[in-house]
Amino acid sequence: MEERLFNDISYELFLSEDKLMGSRCRKCGVLFVPPRPICIKCYDGEMEWVEMKGKGKLAAFTCIAIGPPLMMKEGYDRKHPYVAGVVELEEGARVVARIEGVDGNKPETIRIGTPLQVEFLHRGEADDLVTFLAFRP
Amino acid sequence: MRRPRKLGREVAVVGAGMSKFGMFKDKDSKHLFAEAFNEMLSTVDKGIDPQAIDALYLGNFTNDFFVHQGHWGPIISDLIGLTPRPATRTEGACASSALALREGVFAVASGFYDVVLVGGVEEMSKRNTEEVTQGLAMAAIPYEVKAGFTFPGVFGATATAYFARYGANREHLMNVTIKSHNNARLNPKAQFNLSIRDIMNQRIERARNRGEPVPDWKDEKEFLRDPRTNPVVAWPMHLYDCCPISDGASCVLLVAGEMAREFSDVPLYVIGIGQGSGKGLHAKEDLTCFEATRYAAQEAYELSGLRPEDIQIAEVHDCFSIAEILHLEDLGFFKPGEGYTAVEEGLTRLDGAKPINTSGGLKCKGHPVGATGTGQLVEIWKQLRGEAGERQVPIKNLRIGAAHNLGGTGGTCTFTILERR
Repeated sequence: MEERLFNDISYELFLSEDKLMGSRCRKCGVLFVPPRPICIKCYDGEMEWVEMKGKGKLAAFTCIAIGPPLMMKEGYDRKHPYVAGVVELEEGARVVARIEGVDGNKPETIRIGTPLQVEFLHRGEADDLVTFLAFRP
Repeated sequence: MRRPRKLGREVAVVGAGMSKFGMFKDKDSKHLFAEAFNEMLSTVDKGIDPQAIDALYLGNFTNDFFVHQGHWGPIISDLIGLTPRPATRTEGACASSALALREGVFAVASGFYDVVLVGGVEEMSKRNTEEVTQGLAMAAIPYEVKAGFTFPGVFGATATAYFARYGANREHLMNVTIKSHNNARLNPKAQFNLSIRDIMNQRIERARNRGEPVPDWKDEKEFLRDPRTNPVVAWPMHLYDCCPISDGASCVLLVAGEMAREFSDVPLYVIGIGQGSGKGLHAKEDLTCFEATRYAAQEAYELSGLRPEDIQIAEVHDCFSIAEILHLEDLGFFKPGEGYTAVEEGLTRLDGAKPINTSGGLKCKGHPVGATGTGQLVEIWKQLRGEAGERQVPIKNLRIGAAHNLGGTGGTCTFTILERR
């Protein structure tokens, strides 16, 4: 695991293994999620992988009624909107993710600051397998 | 830390034109650019031989995807008879033609060229809404796309963060929409040149004629609250918070400052020009502002020696209603968290202290993405020269106007300040 390159390909691979990973600069200790190959704080460090605990809170959200074909295929449409959001992790970094377990038709019931727990949504099969990062209350 | 920015020599705008913006089955990119080019030629007070143009910079974002044709520089250069002079395409998503402008300004300011045409074109309406949504999302951040974010979605999420922080709500966004429609009503080039009240009256008339139940909206906000007329796109962005899908083209003619009076009785000088880049939602330090806009504005203010209060009118990138409010704050016109109250108080109306988007903005004038940046300058050109007709702002001694253009979800932002002397 430690030998994986610090890039989005590795990040996606970790997601498929139910792990939300970031990279931390060994020199200055700053954390990046998703991982960055370069420390943009000190430009000097080597990176190491760090697993997030998967707890956070909702920082921003939207309920999307008109989505891309990918989401339409999953059964979402103008009558069944899905929710996407920005989640602030306990470790301090933020990620963008799908928000499950909330009602996209009732946005007034969704509150900024709601505590959330990570979830990994595995979709497709074999070579088309893809994992979506998600959170739910 | 760094030395102050400066241009090698002055650059002036001596002509500006745009096609009508809208959805056209019978017009392609070449036709649209020809419309804009012809209008531009007609605005050069003392005339210009097009053969005097040294180079073309052309903004375009989505034609590769939407009409399966790339490499638009030489196609447009040939269209207007400029070959073999160089043509360069610029891409900065919805800010593509503002980047063309910047390249053109630098090329003239460096002394390399004297006369440069800059513009943009986009042909979007031949695809359906889902395809356009997907195509535009190519300019978002990959993590956002994977999480299901669309452009309206990113701005919707930005709005929820802004609401939570400053206590604004959906009703405040409606003030932006109502104002944009009121302005666009006076702009014959606008895609929707109707006020919200006009649209309400049309719907009522239609219902009456068909013998259907007649809607009883008591005012514009009640119309905008009605989910039948204003459905959700990406909460809290509703249909009337979003700019339309548009086709269109625009261009402006730049010349060296010392030559400006050879072409124009009332040239406009490019006294401030700035550009910034920005991060995705996950990496932004502050979800309620655009760092690229702030940087671009700072650069343009520094070059011009002006402050935000010196800008008398501005076109800002209102791809979504919330965006206009954030830009008002990021450009320094109002303090953070006070943009929405300024709009509510009418300060940004045509007759307000700081008229914003007198053209109707992207929301109503239309947003053919690659044509928007220089299209905004066409409006500033008309206003500063007193040629905006019914929508001419009633400001005495109108001298300074500016345009703010945003690409993607804030990844590229520009700010340009023009001066009439």
